[in-house]
Amino acid sequence: MKEDKIMTKLQLITKGLIKDNPTFVLLLGMCPTLATTTSAVNGLSMGLATLFVLVLSNMAISAIAPAVPDKVHIPVYIVVIATFVTVLQFLMQAFTPGIYATLGLFIPLIVVNCIVLGRAEAFANKNGIFDSALDGIGVGLGFTCSLTVIGLVREILGSGSAFSFKFIPGDGILAFVMAPGAFLVLGYLMVLFNKIAKKQ
Amino acid sequence: MEILLIIVSAIFVNNIVLAQFLGICPFLGVSNKLSTASGMSAAVCFVITLATIVTYLLNNFLLVPLGLEFLQTISFILVIAALVQMVEIVLKKVSPSLYQALGIFLPLITTNCAVLGVAITVVTKEFTFGGEAHMLNLGESVVYALATSVGYGLAMVLFSGMREQLALNDVPKAFKGVPIALVTVSILAMAFMGFSGIV
Repeated sequence: MKEDKIMTKLQLITKGLIKDNPTFVLLLGMCPTLATTTSAVNGLSMGLATLFVLVLSNMAISAIAPAVPDKVHIPVYIVVIATFVTVLQFLMQAFTPGIYATLGLFIPLIVVNCIVLGRAEAFANKNGIFDSALDGIGVGLGFTCSLTVIGLVREILGSGSAFSFKFIPGDGILAFVMAPGAFLVLGYLMVLFNKIAKKQ
Repeated sequence: MEILLIIVSAIFVNNIVLAQFLGICPFLGVSNKLSTASGMSAAVCFVITLATIVTYLLNNFLLVPLGLEFLQTISFILVIAALVQMVEIVLKKVSPSLYQALGIFLPLITTNCAVLGVAITVVTKEFTFGGEAHMLNLGESVVYALATSVGYGLAMVLFSGMREQLALNDVPKAFKGVPIALVTVSILAMAFMGFSGIV
């Protein structure tokens, strides 16, 4: 019985990686996925920033959900999410100003990332605080992994380096760090994901 | 001259979808048919322009004088959500036919990051159209917002035309749906890269 419980808790964390992967399966949060994955490090930081907001907003929303009238629940959730985004903006400005400048507009835009509001609606408002935190960690990790992989592929092809470690001399294929490369890499990775994970 | 530069830059060179990656969800979501794509573009155009005017005034006459710039994210998203609601109510009363046409797209616009993206860009980014870097004034902001949404509509209509053709073709199973759409957008984005250097 106790083991079953631990298993279901573990599943909350692992399901976001493959089965309910927010990027490749649910197609949520496409804008930051495409815009911030110019390198593996950028993708990773965007993923972690979203993870931060997701865990905190999930916990807060699961705590206040019973007290929120049904009619105004979406505006209330958005305000909660926007509050944590503002906190994140302050923290990043203070401790990681470089990353904050690179990610730029896409940090405040976490407010309108459908993953965060989606988890609030689909999970946090009907589950406990601890489970909601685990759910946030799971989905956030899935998002972080996808962003890092996309960033890594684009960085290798586009600038011949991985995590800023240069191993191919020269410039690389510039188009991959620019807009067309983002769409192309995401498209082909999705095909790969379909082939492997869904066995099509 | 400067107004012209803003327009060309916002529509072609820095196209909001194909170069700035804003508003991708509805771009992929409702671009299956030309008619829904143009409906969505019209609704977005309307809301982006209105929201930019309101948030610009809010920012420059309330938040900046009081030193509350850190409230930008929260207050802008609330303004946009309220605005979308209001537009819905007014349209329902004034022009039921337009309301019918835009219908389901209106509530979706609140979470379209293009709207919040343009509102934040206008009040935080310095532009260098024709000379020194400067913040946009109200008139320029409106032109920028309008041109950006025209660029959104252009990308949307082009892409939905392609998708209507694509639906008739035999696509490998793993590529069906979104993957082949993304590869198509990639080629479209490459074509738009040709505009860079104009401004």
